[in-house]
Amino acid sequence: MKQFQYTITDPVGIHARPAGLLVKAAKALDSAVTVEKVGGKSAPANKLMALMGVGVKQGDTVVVTIEGGDEEASFQAMEQFFKENL
Amino acid sequence: MQVATGKSILNGIAIGPIRIYRKEDAQLAVTSTRTAEEELSRFEDACEKAKEQLAGLYEKALAEVGEENAAIFEIHQMMLDDDDYLNAAREIIERQGATAEYAAATTGDNFAATFADMEDAYMKARATDVRDISHRLVNILTGAGEASHLGDEAAILVADDLTPSETVQLDKSKLLGFVTRHGSTNSHTAILARTMNIPALIGVDFDDSWDGKLAIIDGYNHCVYVDPASELLNTMEEKRQADLKQESLLQGLKKKPNVTLDGREIKVYANIGNAADVGLVLQNDAQGIGLFRSEFIYLDSEDYPSEEKQFEIYKRVVETMAGKKVIIRTLDIGADKQADYFQLDKEENPALGYRAIRICLTRKEIFKQQLRAILRASAFGTVSVMFPMIISVREVRDAKDTLEECRAELREQGVAMGEVETGIMIETPAAVMIADELAEEVQFFSIGTNDLTQYTLAIDRQNPKLDNFYNAFHPAVLRMIRMTVEAGHRHDCWVGICGELGADQTLTETFLRMGLDELSVSPPSVLPLRKCIRSLDLSKTPEN
Repeated sequence: MKQFQYTITDPVGIHARPAGLLVKAAKALDSAVTVEKVGGKSAPANKLMALMGVGVKQGDTVVVTIEGGDEEASFQAMEQFFKENL
Repeated sequence: MQVATGKSILNGIAIGPIRIYRKEDAQLAVTSTRTAEEELSRFEDACEKAKEQLAGLYEKALAEVGEENAAIFEIHQMMLDDDDYLNAAREIIERQGATAEYAAATTGDNFAATFADMEDAYMKARATDVRDISHRLVNILTGAGEASHLGDEAAILVADDLTPSETVQLDKSKLLGFVTRHGSTNSHTAILARTMNIPALIGVDFDDSWDGKLAIIDGYNHCVYVDPASELLNTMEEKRQADLKQESLLQGLKKKPNVTLDGREIKVYANIGNAADVGLVLQNDAQGIGLFRSEFIYLDSEDYPSEEKQFEIYKRVVETMAGKKVIIRTLDIGADKQADYFQLDKEENPALGYRAIRICLTRKEIFKQQLRAILRASAFGTVSVMFPMIISVREVRDAKDTLEECRAELREQGVAMGEVETGIMIETPAAVMIADELAEEVQFFSIGTNDLTQYTLAIDRQNPKLDNFYNAFHPAVLRMIRMTVEAGHRHDCWVGICGELGADQTLTETFLRMGLDELSVSPPSVLPLRKCIRSLDLSKTPEN
């Protein structure tokens, strides 16, 4: 299991379009990715509506957990995705 | 005649018969006569078909309302790929032996309810999106298709609510305007209506007896008249014609540069005093907002407006302007603009009194609240901040320090912000006289000609007895403007005018010759001014 923390800088947070992109990126990996809002709910990164339901806004910190498969590669991919898109 | 009020999404007039649109609340068959496998495959087919339709709608919206607004249909497609949503529907089919349409409708309602319960306004609006995709599936499954809600005759559409896809699908040549009971000014539907330039009212309590009756939507006054009296009908028709005339002027001048015959270009921005005016700014094709009078937020409020409330308003304006410049003037209250909760003392000479930046610099908590809201909104577009009533360099530095303080605090909290250009209003003779020093502190000047004239001529503009003495073209005022432009340009500071004089076409040539970089005028003046600019030739010797 690998984890990283990230504070959202995207003005709309993990909503709509960015959430859609995240789902696409997570589905491409062979690891299970979970996004948890610190002090809030969590959701699998490959489920759009659940992810939107977490209600992650700009300024919120999330913990991203990667489990199973090629964890190192998935970790790299997710970290890069968050930095570039969120 | 019946009158109902609501919230206007677009200033405009629509006149025509009402057509009430009722969503087919057809009773869906719950229990299926088919096998679960058959229903599942109907469901999967419907999802594929829905995605195809959405891809088509995306293309239509892309062409009609632009990428930003079309993105919603891309999201709808993604929602139809959502495992939770699909599995919930599949489960209803398998476990309850239900029809695919019942499963889609129920799942939509369940998910919508979850979103509707969330605190965030943005997330609440997503409930409509979930209903929209579910409704689409139901229509495909029941063969209802994409019914056109409008008949052969152009009409005003009245509905409980309209989803984004319903709005885009409407045949624009038959749609005069629309009225809905629900919906918010922030909804995608509202934004689409604005972009499509259709008069629309939301939050209107209508009744079924309206169907087929003649009605007027008066977007300016936020109301709809049903069975209007003939006198009103005439007045409104005249207003509508005036709008059409403006519209045809717009068509001719739209997207044309504000450039003289000899090639000198000047920016023409618009002044707004209300977030709802943004629609007018775009309709009149202004290149930006040169003066956003933020005090209306305070004047419309019973108490100090919260940072959050201000942020929402600024953000909406900035987002709607989509990257075009928005110059927000910080609180300019006092003198003739009073709000009770500020508890300002009665003054002998309010115009020379405790107002604008003088209040902001002594009551920092109010000032910071506003600056934080502005900085946060800057992440969504191009924002400039402008300080009013400046008379000294120290004031500008203090205001800038406060801005930096807010920026540092927000940065600490990890809040995103954009670059924010800073500028000041030049509306006191003192500011003109020290314009050289002031220009080193800021990136732009905007000349407030109304106050500058009042202070230069020592004439109270509230006193009608002085009208004979008041002369907006007084050479002293024009020289002040020239001095400001020259001082600004010596220090790479651009200079504009945001007072009423900016729209005066008898002075446009003078202003261009002085070298002004920008004129900011009321939205309806933008195009007439553009026309005037495009007819001037500065290479010719001036007549006088």
